[in-house]
Amino acid sequence: MTNSFADYAKAKLFILIGTNMTEAHPVASTFVKDAALNGAKLIVIDPRRTDLVDFADMHVQLKVGSDVALINALMNVLITENLYDKKYVESCTEGFEELKKKVMEYTPEKAAPISGIPADTIRELARKMASIKPAMLMYTLGITEHICGVNNVMSCANLQMLLGNVGVECGGVNPQRGQNNVQGACDMGALPNVFPGYQQVANADARAKFEKAWNVKSLPDKPGMMMPTMMKNLTTGKVKAFYVFGENLANTEPDIKHVEHELQSAEFLVCQDIFPTETTRFAHVILPAAAWSEDDGTFASSERRVNRVRKVSVPPGDAKPNWWIFKELAKKMGHEWTSNSAQEIWDNELSVLAPSMAGIKYSRLEGDGLQWPCPTADHPGTPTLHKDGKFTRGLGMLKAIDYIPPAEVPDKEYPFVLSTGRRLYHYHTRTQTGRCAGINDLLGEETADISPADATAKGIVDGEKILVKSRRGKVEVKARVTDQVPEGLVWMAFHFRETCANWLTNPVYDPTTQTAEYKACAVEIEKLK
Amino acid sequence: MADTFLLNGKETPFKAGQMILEAAKGGGIEIPTLCYLKGSTPTGACRVCCVEVKGARSLVAACSTPVSPGMEVSTDSEIVHRARKLNVELLLSSGKHSCIACEANGNCRLQDLAYFYKITDLKFKEKEISDIPPTEDENPFIIRDFSRCILCGKCVQACNEVVVNRAISQGYRGKNSKIVTGGDSPYNDSECVFCGQCVQVCPVGALTEKKAKGLGRPWETQKIRTTCPYCGVGCQQLLHVKDGKIIKVTAVEDAQPNQGRLCVKGRFAYDFIYSEERLKTPLIREKNGEFREASWDEALDLVANKFKEIIKKDGPDAIAGVSCARSINEDSYQMQKLFRAVIGTNNIDHCART
Ligand code: SF4
Ligand code: SF4
Ligand code: SF4
Ligand code: FES
Repeated sequence: MTNSFADYAKAKLFILIGTNMTEAHPVASTFVKDAALNGAKLIVIDPRRTDLVDFADMHVQLKVGSDVALINALMNVLITENLYDKKYVESCTEGFEELKKKVMEYTPEKAAPISGIPADTIRELARKMASIKPAMLMYTLGITEHICGVNNVMSCANLQMLLGNVGVECGGVNPQRGQNNVQGACDMGALPNVFPGYQQVANADARAKFEKAWNVKSLPDKPGMMMPTMMKNLTTGKVKAFYVFGENLANTEPDIKHVEHELQSAEFLVCQDIFPTETTRFAHVILPAAAWSEDDGTFASSERRVNRVRKVSVPPGDAKPNWWIFKELAKKMGHEWTSNSAQEIWDNELSVLAPSMAGIKYSRLEGDGLQWPCPTADHPGTPTLHKDGKFTRGLGMLKAIDYIPPAEVPDKEYPFVLSTGRRLYHYHTRTQTGRCAGINDLLGEETADISPADATAKGIVDGEKILVKSRRGKVEVKARVTDQVPEGLVWMAFHFRETCANWLTNPVYDPTTQTAEYKACAVEIEKLK
Repeated sequence: MADTFLLNGKETPFKAGQMILEAAKGGGIEIPTLCYLKGSTPTGACRVCCVEVKGARSLVAACSTPVSPGMEVSTDSEIVHRARKLNVELLLSSGKHSCIACEANGNCRLQDLAYFYKITDLKFKEKEISDIPPTEDENPFIIRDFSRCILCGKCVQACNEVVVNRAISQGYRGKNSKIVTGGDSPYNDSECVFCGQCVQVCPVGALTEKKAKGLGRPWETQKIRTTCPYCGVGCQQLLHVKDGKIIKVTAVEDAQPNQGRLCVKGRFAYDFIYSEERLKTPLIREKNGEFREASWDEALDLVANKFKEIIKKDGPDAIAGVSCARSINEDSYQMQKLFRAVIGTNNIDHCART
């Protein structure tokens, strides 16, 4: 996030796009509701009637995957009607002329049939967005989980820059991260192209620095594979050994049947986890790990805040801290690492090597933690990025972007769109929440959420088992008839194995990030006899 | 110059619009409260915050009376204490406050006040059991014991004004008054999303965590701050730990980013770590497909040797790994270091994509 959660309660206008906050980021949503009760305006752009719509001034129920077309048309209106922030655009951004040329092709009339939003509503929405400054834009996976995920993200940034809303309190572009430590895993360099602190592996100076620190002769300079490529290469034989730490890929990845085939193909699969999962079934070696609250350490939240996690329990049996396992494995492969606790790793290695976190030490993390960038020992941390419109690269880049439809769109055989996500009571594949007393009582099984109109047309009643099938698989699941879902849409989560949406989802990816298109594929639903 | 008022005879500054309660706090005087919930509309229900204001016809509620310049406030006079004691006595007999069996024993504002005012006997007749609605606990997490409810309304404020889930309200009138969900249905069938915010704010033992029942008294537990293991908001939790086991989780008040709030997962989904199904020892898969237990030495030797063999035969890029976006930073750091510095490949990623 460019901004902080503390901004939410003070914000004047929210633009929520592809984010179902009350279920996926419940506590953050409470601050949005507080602000709305205090008079803040709220725009919800989402195919579903999510709970925050109750508090919204406008709910724009766009068609799944039409975000770029809609945002381009909004920018078309902002430019045509002279509603954008000219001063900001001139002094803080570049690329305006190209952007303008592109969005001029996207009149509201052109975007209307693509997005399902009438041209006049698009105009009204654009005016509303420009009427209050600043506006805070939040998004989640509804934006990123598309083959055009990167384009969607850049469109959100375009819009906010055009409105002059980046670099100010209560503004910005704010992706709310799904997992507690996705932000941290990126920061730590668990990515194929960067070392910790986003230093490029392709940069010789960066490599030299890490070679010295890690006491090795050379480090690889070629960016590695992203996860979907790794998995694909398990079947080609290019990847022989696969080390899976804490992920239940057999349930979380699109097209389970195919994913399991890939895992099965691994010559050597190592799984390091706290529970046996659908994925560990394929392992050759399983390493038992310490869990949350069985080890000291840090998480980095969506707002780039590094927080302490503390040990209160001992791991069961022979389970060990993960950092210890990696250290011991390094030793067996001839490398002695000195750091012997999470604190030593952070204080003596990470913070020394990652300039943006150089000022963060455990001794400073006792209270509310620190938000990076925090380059020096006396730096207070950074609640708002790009302050006063100053971007890391100098000027903010406006980018001309074209709309592309989802890879698989409904047709005669599969006439519904399936979109997927998370529900309040469970977390991902339930390896954790499924083992907490009481949670299963609140949500004990998956449902396929469908609209009352489609239910009537198909003769389906609420709570009856139906068949949902796609080109990849089928599941039998209870129908939940709800007006949260518009006609033509089926909505499911992936918390339960047998009825997991990923038996159906489409393994197609954004070309840059290789994020899968979990939010759109084509399915058919059938009443069971 | 800041405006001032007289607090127990001492000139004390205050900010325009401030209530006596907050201004007194600024001046170092804590006034007791039961129904006051910071940031919400005051309900003025409990009257234990009463103070004497010179010139006023009766005692006023400090939580809902704004200070004015020159106002003379006494928080410590005999008449104030007499009134507070009386209010506490009334509240004590409004239900069945038997502390021995109460989960909140040792963490109860009413008990604190009764103790302070040395109340040993009930002055008024206790409410009849038959007039108290049955305890509501048909859900997995929250117990609502009406015999201990002082109808302060804090839970209602929290649900409607803090987390804005609008699940509960003050229902019925007079002696039938009670806190109800929409339609007075069980929590399971209501709008309640089990965030537990109402439990967090209840000053007495009327709302308690079902999972923590009987597991430990407040003075027996250590309170350890940590970060929620679920979503990317990063809420700050207080783990209540007894004998190395988490028995309850509450939110850290006044902490960023959650300011005393948690959701159902952060508050109630902590006990997975104690599941019998945890992996407890390294496992190696045999030729027949069965897993057998192994020592760390054996398991790690196997992994190291296999990796070395693959590196030799197919090169380091034939090994790939994904780190965990749920585990601590330091674990991800170590894993990428293992891949880059030891194995010699950049084939390291994590599930940022899910
Ligand atoms: S349940 Fe607790 S917070 Fe709610 S009204 Fe009763 S005493 Fe007050
Ligand atoms: S648990 Fe949360 S939603 Fe339910 S009544 Fe309490 S505050 Fe309201
Ligand atoms: S308490 Fe809820 S909102 Fe807060 S971090 Fe945990 S899961 Fe997220
Ligand atoms: S705290 Fe002031 S009336 Fe209850």
